[in-house]
Amino acid sequence: MKEQLLQDGKAVGDRLSRVDGRLKVTGAAKYSAEYELPGLVHGVLVGSTVAKGRITSIDTKAAERAPGVLAVITHLNSPKVPGFAAKSNPDEPPTIGQPLRVFYDEKIYFNDQPIALVVADTLERARYAARLVKTQYAAEQHRTNFEANKSRAFLPTQAKRNPKSAQNDYTRGQADGYQNAPVKLEAEYVHESEMHNPMELQSIIAHWEAPDRLTVYDKVQAVKGTQRAFAKDWGLPEDHVKVIATFVGGAFGNGLHNWPHETAAIIGAKVTNRPVKVVLTREQMFTMVGYRPKTWQRIQMGATKDGKLVGISHESVGQTSTYEEFTESTVQQTRMMYAAPNVSTRYRILGLDISTPIWMRGPGEATGAFALESAIDEMAHLIGMDPLEFRLRNHTDTDPEKNKPWSTKYLKECFQAGADRIGWNKRQLKPGALREGDWLVGYGMGVGTFGANRGSAKARAALLADGSVVLQSATTDIGPGTGTAMVQIASDALGLPTDKIRFELGNSLFPQAPSQGGSSTVNTVGSAVNDACLALKKKLQELGGTSFANVQPEQLTLTGGQLGLKANGGPRMSFADLRKANNGQDIEVTIESKPDGSTRQNYSMYSFSVHFAEVKVHTMTGEVRVTKMVSCADAGTIVNQKTAGSQMIGGAIGGIGMALTEGAVMDDRFGRYVTKDLADYHVPVHADAPPVEVFFVNKPDTLVDPLGTKGIGEIAIIGVAPAITNAIFNATGKRIRELPITPDKVLLA
Amino acid sequence: MNQFQYLRPTKPKAAIDALARDTNAQFIAGGTNLLDLMKRGVMAPQKLVDINKLPLDKIEKQNDSLRIGALALNSTVAEDKLVLERHPLLAQALNAGASAQLRNMATVGGNMLQRTRCHYFYDTALPCNKREPGSGCGALEGFNRMHAIFGFSDKCIAVHPSDMSVALVALDAAVLVSGPKGDRRIAFADFHRLPGDTPQKDTNLEQGELITAVEVPDSPFTKNVHYLKVRERASYAFALVSVAAALSLDGQTIKDARLAMGGVAHKPWRLSEAEKSLIGKPATEATFRQAADIAMRGAKAFKYNEYKLKLAPNAIVQALKNAASVA
Ligand SMILES: Cc1cc2nc3c(=O)[nH]c(=O)nc-3n(C[C@H](O)[C@H](O)[C@H](O)COP(=O)(O)OP(=O)(O)OC[C@H]3O[C@@H](n4cnc5c(N)ncnc54)[C@H](O)[C@@H]3O)c2cc1C
Repeated sequence: MKEQLLQDGKAVGDRLSRVDGRLKVTGAAKYSAEYELPGLVHGVLVGSTVAKGRITSIDTKAAERAPGVLAVITHLNSPKVPGFAAKSNPDEPPTIGQPLRVFYDEKIYFNDQPIALVVADTLERARYAARLVKTQYAAEQHRTNFEANKSRAFLPTQAKRNPKSAQNDYTRGQADGYQNAPVKLEAEYVHESEMHNPMELQSIIAHWEAPDRLTVYDKVQAVKGTQRAFAKDWGLPEDHVKVIATFVGGAFGNGLHNWPHETAAIIGAKVTNRPVKVVLTREQMFTMVGYRPKTWQRIQMGATKDGKLVGISHESVGQTSTYEEFTESTVQQTRMMYAAPNVSTRYRILGLDISTPIWMRGPGEATGAFALESAIDEMAHLIGMDPLEFRLRNHTDTDPEKNKPWSTKYLKECFQAGADRIGWNKRQLKPGALREGDWLVGYGMGVGTFGANRGSAKARAALLADGSVVLQSATTDIGPGTGTAMVQIASDALGLPTDKIRFELGNSLFPQAPSQGGSSTVNTVGSAVNDACLALKKKLQELGGTSFANVQPEQLTLTGGQLGLKANGGPRMSFADLRKANNGQDIEVTIESKPDGSTRQNYSMYSFSVHFAEVKVHTMTGEVRVTKMVSCADAGTIVNQKTAGSQMIGGAIGGIGMALTEGAVMDDRFGRYVTKDLADYHVPVHADAPPVEVFFVNKPDTLVDPLGTKGIGEIAIIGVAPAITNAIFNATGKRIRELPITPDKVLLA
Repeated sequence: MNQFQYLRPTKPKAAIDALARDTNAQFIAGGTNLLDLMKRGVMAPQKLVDINKLPLDKIEKQNDSLRIGALALNSTVAEDKLVLERHPLLAQALNAGASAQLRNMATVGGNMLQRTRCHYFYDTALPCNKREPGSGCGALEGFNRMHAIFGFSDKCIAVHPSDMSVALVALDAAVLVSGPKGDRRIAFADFHRLPGDTPQKDTNLEQGELITAVEVPDSPFTKNVHYLKVRERASYAFALVSVAAALSLDGQTIKDARLAMGGVAHKPWRLSEAEKSLIGKPATEATFRQAADIAMRGAKAFKYNEYKLKLAPNAIVQALKNAASVA
């Protein structure tokens, strides 16, 4: 079967099951907290109970005396982290500022800030002793209330420093030109902070293998980035820090930054001279790693009565901490999605006494799309037009922001496919018109887009003695099935069956690759894998000598343990002989792949998606059920229909959470979250997940990368929340602009 | 979590004795609530008396009632043939609670005694009179969306989270207990308490008393029953409001009725006046609406639970409609 597919050159596009699926479902896959190192001990973090102020005393005596305790580390006795001393002010987005320096001084910046690490021989003993640490504070007046402080929002430093930064204000046409339109609307949209709650808790094992050699088994999305960060912190050469993240149990963006617990574990390991494991508790996931920040947005929109947009103004304020400026692309979609002649955007951030946010799947774009795509729906309603028709009338075949052609754009195909599949023709223009028993039925749609990014990456490819090929690159797999896609890409490039190929990732010893983020791994690392495989084939061809000298590389195959030709007959050479020709060594190459800068300059490159939702709203209880979803993506070549389909389904369900259930609640009197476990903070459960039908255009965009891929991860969720909220409006006539839409809001609207 | 002693007696008497001598000891059954509370530092018993070896898990038919052992699992009770036949309302309420995994561990006794889910009770860094008498009520002026609209005090506005208990109070069940002073029987409606000035006391159970069983009297409520639970996701969430509704119908006329609410008070909230108003009336939406209005007398909301004043009566109407199969 596989050989068959290969002959058609079609490993890419196959529904290959995950290459590591068996390891995962049998428990054989090792996650960060699962490495058993000799002498391993456990660290538990103690969090502050005030949101701002100073620690005036911290009594660790009882904890130190508790059974099994090896160390209690606070700012009073922590070894100095060399990199903390310099008041570093990294210029790197997304968090310009000073990442929290754990155990550095007595200052408190947010509630539940880690203030002590208790290390003990067992987790239970560490946990018990952690409760014995007694802390006194000089609390200061904190600011955590978003609404009360909104007027203090400011332009991010990144924008102030760099006039070219996308975080600057933007105007096309006339500023606030929407005002001149015959039909106008103005609406404000808010969503509460959404907390990162992947199945795997954030965890690390830190091990000083020598006083100047650090190994961490760490749940991160960037092994190289983490290596650089810790090398800098500890004043070590980069190659003295090893970072292992072979398996990651979901990350969605929270592994794109390094968090205090990681440094705490490294300090703990230094102090005790033992490998130290720190696993955050579920409650600590709400404060000790980032989250999708609470954001306020205002859209002002003007259109003609026949459905032509005149202008859109989009303003946004996202929250961040007081010590780091987290920014995201909340207003980006508004600049380029529709053919509006007048567009103004303003992005601001608001520093509060809370922990620093971080990207969450479809980061700012998902936030922005909630506002933009809701407003589009509101406008369509105002002018009495089908919102799909309204979008079509404002469709644009070139990027109106950059004035460049799209590399590819098949959004209209997505519209058509989605409308057919959801049964858009059942949708009534008038809200509240469809009813089934006690439930009102409605339909809604939302569009998403995300840059089709590609960076540079390296990959190594080696032909082993057993005739298999191993590939390595220091990327990670936070869930999409990266290894599987890479094996498929390699299979086509090499002409070798997928079961003869292994892809290794998640190790800083491997060739450089960027973090897994921004939907760019297949574009970036896939291209490197493709190039490495082609280079390996070239090398084999050379080793094959004169009989292969004049053959086109595409004609070469590696099936049956030998180098040969696709066509029957012709020269053959066994791998054993090729190795002999290579002095008996593994035959290997390492290649760096880079995007072609000038192509990227000339085109605007985006993935596009549209999501359709059918919802039911209970007339008496206000409960909302999403009963069907269709998600359509223009994401270039689909390397694996199965794993890509799963990504889309996951994004749709994440979007249900964003729209209906997720939102952390802060009690501003204490500056402390009050919903902070999975019983109180509601992620969708199986019963909330409807059938999700997925459609891919599956047309290559070879301007983005030679494989033609554009990226799926983010567009899977961008536009989902407004599809649902628009459907709620269609069902009920109630426009609720604050997420999540819980039954209380529906009832009182 | 603190260090604790662990005992596993096999006889009820031994279990009761173990607790009688030690005010800082707790029974543990399924552990699905107690262990969570211990991990959060909300409860810190010095001694755990594991009662799972006690022979208290039988479900038996008696003269005019069904006796359900305190250690019967929530999932076992919900699937039991006798329960489904005689008290389908109870089975529905149980299945509306928690998740399949939790119901497989949770016991009848433990379910009744599960503690409130109030956020302020759960976080030892925040004030809570129930956890720490005198520290104040965090919810009163805090985030009180889940909180009570009936029977609260200025010391505590928490609600009791159990679904099962709402059905049991509607069905006039009784709680059988054994204690240092012997056996006694407590009407289910008198089992849980209102907070008053002592919100730290959830129930009228005395120190060292062991629940051995609940008795559910036979009743005509075997057909027209409905447990309606309104929550923020389709499953695995505590009730915003829940309603246990049971009707005995003669044609379209209501002969007898039972009604109770969850998620509205510090105890499962029986609606006796509303029940009375239903008797003799036709099973119509208008009748149900009028009963709901009666049920809501005296309700008062806080900043974030205003919606319950609308949701609760709607839920009553909806539950009664479902019970009576009125479209
Ligand atoms: C995430 C989550 C969601 C949940 N959702 C729901 C829900 O939607 N609806 C709902 O109703 N419940 C829900 N629950 C609560 C669950 O039903 C209870 O945790 C469970 O019923 C408790 O039973 P247990 O046997 O595990 O009790 P344990 O935790 O063992 O004990 C609870 C208390 O009862 C005491 N106790 C136990 N048995 C006896 C006895 N025989 N005599 C005297 N004292 C005794 C113990 O000392 C302890 O104080 C949820 C729980 C969780 C964790």
